[in-house]
Amino acid sequence: MAHASKETTHGAYEPYYVPEQSKFPFLASIGLFLMVFGLGNVLNDIKAGISATGSSWLAFTGFFILSSVLYNWFATQIRENHQGLPSAQLKRSYVLAMYWFIFSEVMFFSAFFGALFYVRNLAVPWLGGEGAKGVASMLWPDFSPVWPVISNPNPQLFTNPGESMAWRGFGEALHYLPLWNTILLLTSSVTVHIAHTALKNNNRKKLITWLALTVLLGAVFLVLQVEEYAEAYSELGLTLNSGIYGSTFFLLTGFHGFHVTLGAFMLFVILMRAVKGHFKPEDHFGFEAASWYWHFVDVVWVCLFLFVYIF
Amino acid sequence: MATGHDDHHHGPAKGFTRWLYTTNHKDIGSMYLWFSFAMFLLGGTFALVIRAELFQPGLQFVEPEFFNQMTTMHGLVMVFGAVMPAFVGLANWMIPLMIGAPDMALPRMNNWSFWILPFAFAMLASTLFMEAGAPNFGWTFYAPLSTTYAPSTVTFFIFAIHIMGASSIMGSINIIATIQNLRAPGMTYMKMPLFVWTWLITAYLLIAVMPVLAGVVTMMLFDIHFGTSFFSAAGGGDPVLFQHVFWFFGHPEVYIMILPAFGVVSEIIPTFSRKKLFGYDSMVYATSSIAFLSFIVWAHHMFTTGMPLAGELFFMYATMLIAVPTGVKVFNWVTTMFKGSISFETPMLFSIAFVVLFTMGGFTGLMLAIAPADFQYHDTYFVVAHFHYVLVPGAVFSIMAAAYYWLPKWTGNMYDEALGKLHFWLSFVGINILFFPQHFLGLAGMPRRIPDYALQFADFNMVSTVGAFIFGFSQLLFLFIVVKTVLGGKKATAQVWEGAEGLEWTVPSPAPYHTFTTPPLVP
Repeated sequence: MAHASKETTHGAYEPYYVPEQSKFPFLASIGLFLMVFGLGNVLNDIKAGISATGSSWLAFTGFFILSSVLYNWFATQIRENHQGLPSAQLKRSYVLAMYWFIFSEVMFFSAFFGALFYVRNLAVPWLGGEGAKGVASMLWPDFSPVWPVISNPNPQLFTNPGESMAWRGFGEALHYLPLWNTILLLTSSVTVHIAHTALKNNNRKKLITWLALTVLLGAVFLVLQVEEYAEAYSELGLTLNSGIYGSTFFLLTGFHGFHVTLGAFMLFVILMRAVKGHFKPEDHFGFEAASWYWHFVDVVWVCLFLFVYIF
Repeated sequence: MATGHDDHHHGPAKGFTRWLYTTNHKDIGSMYLWFSFAMFLLGGTFALVIRAELFQPGLQFVEPEFFNQMTTMHGLVMVFGAVMPAFVGLANWMIPLMIGAPDMALPRMNNWSFWILPFAFAMLASTLFMEAGAPNFGWTFYAPLSTTYAPSTVTFFIFAIHIMGASSIMGSINIIATIQNLRAPGMTYMKMPLFVWTWLITAYLLIAVMPVLAGVVTMMLFDIHFGTSFFSAAGGGDPVLFQHVFWFFGHPEVYIMILPAFGVVSEIIPTFSRKKLFGYDSMVYATSSIAFLSFIVWAHHMFTTGMPLAGELFFMYATMLIAVPTGVKVFNWVTTMFKGSISFETPMLFSIAFVVLFTMGGFTGLMLAIAPADFQYHDTYFVVAHFHYVLVPGAVFSIMAAAYYWLPKWTGNMYDEALGKLHFWLSFVGINILFFPQHFLGLAGMPRRIPDYALQFADFNMVSTVGAFIFGFSQLLFLFIVVKTVLGGKKATAQVWEGAEGLEWTVPSPAPYHTFTTPPLVP
């Protein structure tokens, strides 16, 4: 009987630790709801052509509540960790949770990559009359199926992009922003690793230097991406409304950019915590989680660079 | 501030805020189950509106537009609001008890994953009262019905799906981390109760496919509000792309709704047969095989949409393969009962009905898997009958079986066996009157999702509606039985059932607020 043996095992194992109850999850739910409900109203108001001021305030209030609750939630977790409350077991749970969270993010990007591959290899060729379902070409007989799709089946509905973002050959390589972005992100994965090694060697100064460099590289990446988008909109005529090439291009790189923003923000918070001396060589889950996330964002970029830009 | 360690000796916090702020897996499990039951009644009401309208040909009660809103909301509420949260509730309550854990691995996130759900469903249900009306494009929300031709409330539908997805992902991460990390020493993977095993695999499926669902609704959002053309051929996209991405989520989703049911039944049948489960290892491998296959069969929902022949054949054969591991499971349940000393308490009745009726639903699934035959059955009431047989006497019956089986452990009181049996027989008879005639309707060619139909379908539709009202109203009896058990009744022993085995039956009934403070010894 496990019941009776409870006493006998006591002491042999670490006692269980369960965090005490908390107001944060419920308050965060309210914030999340207001933000999302407000955002839905903003989008519908804009589409209906009416003022979105009220709904914007609702969304902003929700965002404010959500972010302040999350700030305090994380602060509480950190404080409890400093008090030594979490057991080693709970810390292992954090690690597992972060792994599985990153797996879920991988699957999110898979949906968009899957859409890209399906469109490139099946849908667009069929629209152009190739393959098993080439009968689809009867819709727009003049459409020619090349990727990137520079001229859309129906250019009245979806304006043709003037030019795509595809690789322009080695001659242009030095002026090709995505290549620079690749170099930046790959370098930042190395710098965050050096920072991690410094942390494990209890070298705080080196940790702060290399971590700050990582955040800086992330920020420069984002600046270059903004510049790339500006160029796409103003010079190339490539927009969200440019048909399937613009759709896949902006959603894939856009969601990646959003994740870089999130990852850089996480690393920035970790940098601030490193400055405050929060981390120990044997206990720095916050750092590790942010750096795993950063490596993940890096891997996604390599896939993007290969499948969106190069091939 | 009290440390968590001291907390173990305390009961629940006082006042209603206990439910808002709780980190206790039993509180959260109960909230999931009550929420699920509320959604079950709501979705059931929508279903009764549908069946009332279909009682006779012609339009009697609702406009076709509202009828479409009802079919859509019924599906969404039942799938995301009733069945999934019920299983998460059972997981919350039982997994820590079954593996000797103190609670779920991440108790605060656990609370968050519950509390965002009522908000998501409030937002979804509120669209019924908006001027544009609720979503009307079916629970599968195919583009362009859900994009170009959708009511403006589709925006709230999309965000509601996002929140439900976040809830499922957080819930699943919690369940996986609990199983991986919080098993008591000696509770090796191959010693885990099957309910825990099936949930481990289900949680993996959820983490893999809920983000894909989030992806597809995000593409919709951008098509609707930001001018992209994922699902518009005019811009080089493809409406069929929607179906591929949706069903890449959707097919694993149906296993998400049935694998925990397999787990529940694999707990109950051995108990009331007073035998060990036959073929434990093969059950684990069969569950894993089903999960793997669920990723490579999605396009069998799309046989008539237009696919190259090689695709039709691949998805047809891959789908038929699923019958093998599922057959292993049915064989094992039947063999567990073989020569057992069986008694027929309510949980066992629901479980036996599950085995028989789920198998029937499985067989009609095999019929649908045959691509050329599916051209005939596609989008008829045969499909409706098929998936309702696997979801209602499948998933829902297993949830009811689980409720009766574990109610004494949760409340400390025995439920009223006579009333429980009455509930079972009403449900069993009602469900078969409701769904069995729909097979014939479908084979005769009645399409699904229509408010009116040709005269030759009148008789079977009338019978079906009578069954729907029998089944629907018998669920109020279920509510009565559960409330009565919560309030009082014959005291339950720790073991509750004569043949029950496992850690959860070694703790007192009701299970103490904090069950294990140190790891129990696993026999």
